[in-house]
Amino acid sequence: MKQYIIRRAGYSLLSLFLLSLTIFLFVRVTGDPIALLTEPGASQDDIEAMRHQFGLDQPLWMQYWHFVASFLTGDLGQSFYYRTPVLDLYFQRLPNSLLLAAVAMALSLLIGIPSGILAAVRVDRFWDSAGKIFALLGLSLPQFWVGLVLILVFSVYLGWLPSSGSGTFLHLLMPAFTLGWYFAAAHMRMTRSSMLEVLGSEYVKLARLKGLPESLVIGKHALKNALIPVITLAGINLVVMINVAVVVETVFAWPGIGRLLYEGVTFRDFPVVQAVVVIGGSMIILVNFLVDILYALIDPRIRLES
Amino acid sequence: MTVITPPETATLAAATASRSTAFWRLKGFPLIPVTILLFIAFVAVFADVLAPYDPQIGSLARRFKPPVWQEGGSWAYLLGTDHVGRDVLSRLIFGARVSMIVGLTAVLVAGVIGTLLGILSGYLGGWADQVVMRVTDTWLALPALTFAIFLAAIVGPSELNIILILGLVYWTRYARVIRGEVLSLKQREFVRLAIVAGCSKRVIMWRHILPNVINSAIVLATLMLGVVIVTEASLSFLGVGVPPPKPAWGLMMADGKKGLMVGYWWLTVFPGICIMLMVLSANLLGDWLRVKLDPQLRQL
Repeated sequence: MKQYIIRRAGYSLLSLFLLSLTIFLFVRVTGDPIALLTEPGASQDDIEAMRHQFGLDQPLWMQYWHFVASFLTGDLGQSFYYRTPVLDLYFQRLPNSLLLAAVAMALSLLIGIPSGILAAVRVDRFWDSAGKIFALLGLSLPQFWVGLVLILVFSVYLGWLPSSGSGTFLHLLMPAFTLGWYFAAAHMRMTRSSMLEVLGSEYVKLARLKGLPESLVIGKHALKNALIPVITLAGINLVVMINVAVVVETVFAWPGIGRLLYEGVTFRDFPVVQAVVVIGGSMIILVNFLVDILYALIDPRIRLES
Repeated sequence: MTVITPPETATLAAATASRSTAFWRLKGFPLIPVTILLFIAFVAVFADVLAPYDPQIGSLARRFKPPVWQEGGSWAYLLGTDHVGRDVLSRLIFGARVSMIVGLTAVLVAGVIGTLLGILSGYLGGWADQVVMRVTDTWLALPALTFAIFLAAIVGPSELNIILILGLVYWTRYARVIRGEVLSLKQREFVRLAIVAGCSKRVIMWRHILPNVINSAIVLATLMLGVVIVTEASLSFLGVGVPPPKPAWGLMMADGKKGLMVGYWWLTVFPGICIMLMVLSANLLGDWLRVKLDPQLRQL
């Protein structure tokens, strides 16, 4: 087990290294980094000073070393637009993203798990087909389209919900649904396939042979095991949700990480863009690592393999 | 659905002909999605002839005209006009061209990079494999849209850059699947025989491996088409995609968003429907192809 954890940790560290290298090289190699790292409209003298300050006159490997070192010490640079450290901005916005992700996750599980079970129990019947259409739409519809249609219906025509901003629970509903639909589809598919697998297993057959009512077989015996992969997926997706909400947060003007990224791009505030990408990638690498370890703890076959 | 007709055996030509008719009668063939995709392709190709107006030039005198069936609409502008008086229908027609060009080329770029690296990585193994797979793992950890936004922020928006960015973001999806296929192909008789026969690695990869993974690559490409189009539209919507005043559907929605609260619904709803139809069609076709051509990809 220890060996397995060490190897997994090694892979994750390698991934983090490659992530930093990717970001670093894309910034330095494509075009002129100074154009990205200095404020738009800086004078020639300023640019020279900045070139020196960022160490762009040094060899590439030295630059990379400084880049990593400053990230590791939590120095993600200064935002051009807000004139505050990027990390402060990030943590300022993070709670909003977490809130949105949590509500979206709750919605996606509330929709995804029951409909997944229903689809598995009634394969190829009405609910299964309805679920498939729901999932297909969730996975295909662009989020800004869903978001704008919701605004049109619930804010413009019905006037029930506020179209943008934050503050009350009502503000959360539309963005959370827009973000959650895609994931509800994924959770539904996972529940369905996992449930189908469990329903074919020996112990479920035994429970049926014992004459237990179908509701108990499904609700108690099958569900417990069928939900394990769904919960794992949901755990990963919660982290993913924090990092992919850029479109949703832009449509609804929700002040989270995604909105920060959008502002970074619009205001040509490159340090912000870079920070959001690096932190997001690191978060996902980290959660993948944790899930690998968790799986190995639950299932010894995984750690003995490879 | 009708029964598949057995192929005529008289001549080869007849056989191929009837096989191609049988293809259309296959169970579950996604006729409507394919028709929609062909229609969008047709519109994209003949945009110059079909569009009633120039998509980039408007007149402020006739801005915010509603669609023809609404009060104040006119037959001259079937689907209304936007905030600078450009004809929405003409922009949608030319937008089809942007979506088709960007979608197809980006899928092709990603497919070529991903398939080649997947084959190299799977067949050569060792160091090459490690490098490609570690990079794949790492890049897959980056949320695609965020990664694309980052790249777009560096190189700046243009149609060509968007294609390259999407190719760069999405090749990893192909590389991983293709590598898996190559690993199992490597163990097959015909590859071993080719090695015994003294074929060089390059010949084996090019002649024996590549033709066998092409099916999967095509299925993946069809499935990716929808994803790529949504990403392009999202980038354009966020202002880092196809630069204005080009008529991209995502861009039209971003422009139209401002008018939504005062009731100019046609500016966002029509391009939205276009994106939706195209992506849904591509996904349905991809799903069908996946099951038909490549049972191994079923759990993808």
